[in-house]
Amino acid sequence: MSKKIHSKRRSFLFTATYTIGAVGLGATIWPLVDQMNPDSSVKSLSTTEVNVGNIEPGKTLTVLWRGKPIFIRRRTKKEIDEAAKVDLKDLIDPEKDSDRTKNPEWLVMIGICTHLGCVPLGGKGEYKAWFCPCHGSHYDTSGRIRKGPAPKNLEIPKYEFVDNNTIKIG
Amino acid sequence: MLIRLNNLLVKVFFIVFVIIISGSANSEEKKIEFIKNNWSFEGIFGTFNRASLQRGYQVYQEVCSGCHSIQHLSYRNLVEKGGPEFTLDEAKSIAEQFEILDGPNDDGEMFTRPRRLSDKFANPFPNVQTATAANGGAYPPDMSVLVKARKGEWNYIYSLLLGYEEAPAGHELDEGVYYNKYMPGNKIMMSKPLFEGAVEYADGTQATETQMAKDVTTFLTWAAEPHLEARHKMGFKVFIFLIILLTLVYFSKQKVWSRLDSKENSDQKEETFDKVEKAVTEYEGEDPKTFK
Amino acid sequence: MSEEKYVPKSKLARWFDSRLPLLSLSHHLTEYPTPKNLNYWWTFGGILTFFLIAQIVTGIILAMHYVANTDLAFDSIEHIMRNVNYGWLIRYAHANGSSMFFLAVYIHIFRGLYYGSHKPPREMIWITGLIIYLLMMSTAFMGYTLPWGQMSFWAATVVSNLFGAIPLVGENITAWLWGGYSLGNPTLNRFYSLHYLFPFLIFALVVLHIWALHVPGNNNPIGIDVKKNRNETMSFHPYMVMKDLLAMLVFILIFLGFVFYAPNFLGHPDNYIPANPLVTPAHIVPEWYLLPFYAILRAIPSKLGGVIFMFASIFILVLLPWLDTSKVRSAVFRPLYKKFYWVLVVMVILLAYLGAKPPEGIYVILARIATAYYFIHFLIILPLLGRYEKTSPLPTSISDPVLDKLSIVDKFKKTAAEYEGENVDTFK
Repeated sequence: MSKKIHSKRRSFLFTATYTIGAVGLGATIWPLVDQMNPDSSVKSLSTTEVNVGNIEPGKTLTVLWRGKPIFIRRRTKKEIDEAAKVDLKDLIDPEKDSDRTKNPEWLVMIGICTHLGCVPLGGKGEYKAWFCPCHGSHYDTSGRIRKGPAPKNLEIPKYEFVDNNTIKIG
Repeated sequence: MLIRLNNLLVKVFFIVFVIIISGSANSEEKKIEFIKNNWSFEGIFGTFNRASLQRGYQVYQEVCSGCHSIQHLSYRNLVEKGGPEFTLDEAKSIAEQFEILDGPNDDGEMFTRPRRLSDKFANPFPNVQTATAANGGAYPPDMSVLVKARKGEWNYIYSLLLGYEEAPAGHELDEGVYYNKYMPGNKIMMSKPLFEGAVEYADGTQATETQMAKDVTTFLTWAAEPHLEARHKMGFKVFIFLIILLTLVYFSKQKVWSRLDSKENSDQKEETFDKVEKAVTEYEGEDPKTFK
Repeated sequence: MSEEKYVPKSKLARWFDSRLPLLSLSHHLTEYPTPKNLNYWWTFGGILTFFLIAQIVTGIILAMHYVANTDLAFDSIEHIMRNVNYGWLIRYAHANGSSMFFLAVYIHIFRGLYYGSHKPPREMIWITGLIIYLLMMSTAFMGYTLPWGQMSFWAATVVSNLFGAIPLVGENITAWLWGGYSLGNPTLNRFYSLHYLFPFLIFALVVLHIWALHVPGNNNPIGIDVKKNRNETMSFHPYMVMKDLLAMLVFILIFLGFVFYAPNFLGHPDNYIPANPLVTPAHIVPEWYLLPFYAILRAIPSKLGGVIFMFASIFILVLLPWLDTSKVRSAVFRPLYKKFYWVLVVMVILLAYLGAKPPEGIYVILARIATAYYFIHFLIILPLLGRYEKTSPLPTSISDPVLDKLSIVDKFKKTAAEYEGENVDTFK
């Protein structure tokens, strides 16, 4: 008779203890895990401002952002027109050129081949744009994959024009 | 024999303790009382006063940074929670006042550029040796953790800043050496840094010596312990939690241990008792209780 | 230690356990018979295990961010304190955890000394414990060097110079330790490597320590062997698990009190000054838990003598089971031993106090007296006590506190036997 009530009260106490204990354990483990996340000094470098005032049309500037190469190309009119004319049906990874740029004169891309991660060479390949020597991927003047094993177009990072001469990446 | 030895030891003990207690009272290192002040960051609920931190930064920048580096601080720390909490733009414009050597660029040359939030605070000297040579052979210590590196911590720094006095009679001071009441050994090679009005506070507070000393000490304490507020906040939550958990575990433990007085256990003891009682009663018929 | 063989319930469990007896081990640990009269001084083994694990976990995490190079070490720790997420918390936990570890180990050791846990048949528990203690001190000493602050550098210089006192080979040994002509980068790197290694050696020795314990079983406050068939033990789980947990939480409360509200109280301000080989601090002191040995070291006038006495002070503890010749285990029944025990405690605390004082005047005299007492206590007093001490009467078991007071059952038996003369055993 009293044993049943006893056990109910007893098990509530134990359940409560286990629960609070588990909360405590979780709260203790979180800092031990979070310490491996990027620390504040790394996060402060998560954006890079680049001065692009000196880049002439037809020239590419390569900068490091978060340890990765970024191609900043000031495109010529010819390159812009070529990129716009391409039929989406011909693309391995269909994407409009206007969707890849904020200002068509400026192409900002992460310079890492989407196949296995090599850095493509500029001014080379069938489209005279970018060619990855590792396995033969060809990218066009919009950085889109046209031929070769790469599955996707060169990635466009988050960026914005802080002013006419400065791009903030990240 | 051993008991006599024991008594002797007790006596030796007593004498030893008396010596120690009297010894501590007049030890060679005179106990110096620091100048008293109320610090908002002291105590288990301590926090920093933002305005004081911002003023303190100004004092550091305009008075101290000429000689003292604070190399572990970055300009972004001025914006982060728990510190002076300048705005992003304020901190950016502070950083931009200082240049940093960067490079090499694509031409292979080094160049200077304005500092960014992610950069560290500018050092007044390129290295320790230059700093030492420029200050009469005494290196102005880096201030990043200076408050933690001195006995007395912020009270010591505060008192030192206000502790410049006339050397007492007979105290010979070399050129470039000053008398300070709180410096161990009383000789310091830093001249008095704070004078009334040395800084014109941006928030209009009157820049008395004690005001500046208090603000810069607060700033330096934050510089040494930028996570102090987070630590206090977390500590409070942790303690409340632990007290709750401790209570629960205590009662759980009691509950578990009460099983030892449980029915089964006492049943066993009862059985033995009954058995003996019965046997004796059968044999005599007398009340077993009288045996007690 | 006779136990019935544990047979797991499920077939899979039996298959597993017959090949790798982890389930049997777990069963042994949960059922392990613990004396039912243990007091809270017996919870420190559990507390120590907690702190060993805590130090290893926080240490491995710190090792992810720390750089062992004399130019970068101090900066890397500031980086941990300022930039790494919760870095300040993990660093303060590791530094204060070290102090808590030693506080617990001293209580644990002195508990052993009081209740005679070092006496036969528990000598190997005592000796493995001393090896653990030695490894702890080495680990802590090397760990303290890693921040490369002033105290790191100079305390390490002083201690490593001690080896120079060894005749003939001293200089070579010191150079070998340093990897150079003074404390430098090679030293820092090897200390880092060994500091990471030793805690795992400690862990292995703890396993041996507990294994050695489980052979005779725990000692208890009155030092009388328990009889397992007389209801004098309880299963380790859940009784001791809950009790240990409670004690652990209280100790953790104290530990976190330091971490959150006085994280630098047990440390030395000078270690926030980057190491400078050209400037010696006014007072070089090790961390508080090494102070008694530091005091003994400085008490002896000769350099080599100080080193010898310092190591001897730990070595004679190894001999303790053979120096303490008394047949009675627990100080509860040894009134004279009890008094000398407390004298020893006070002397050790006094030595710790003196270790932090400059070696001048009265402090030197007191340190010599305390050192002398320490050695006399173990080498002379204990063996003499074993021979001549008049101990109090011992109870027959832990259930019967004192020999004179008969239990109720015994009383009945006695009276009944007197009355008739018949065999009392038939009553059962």
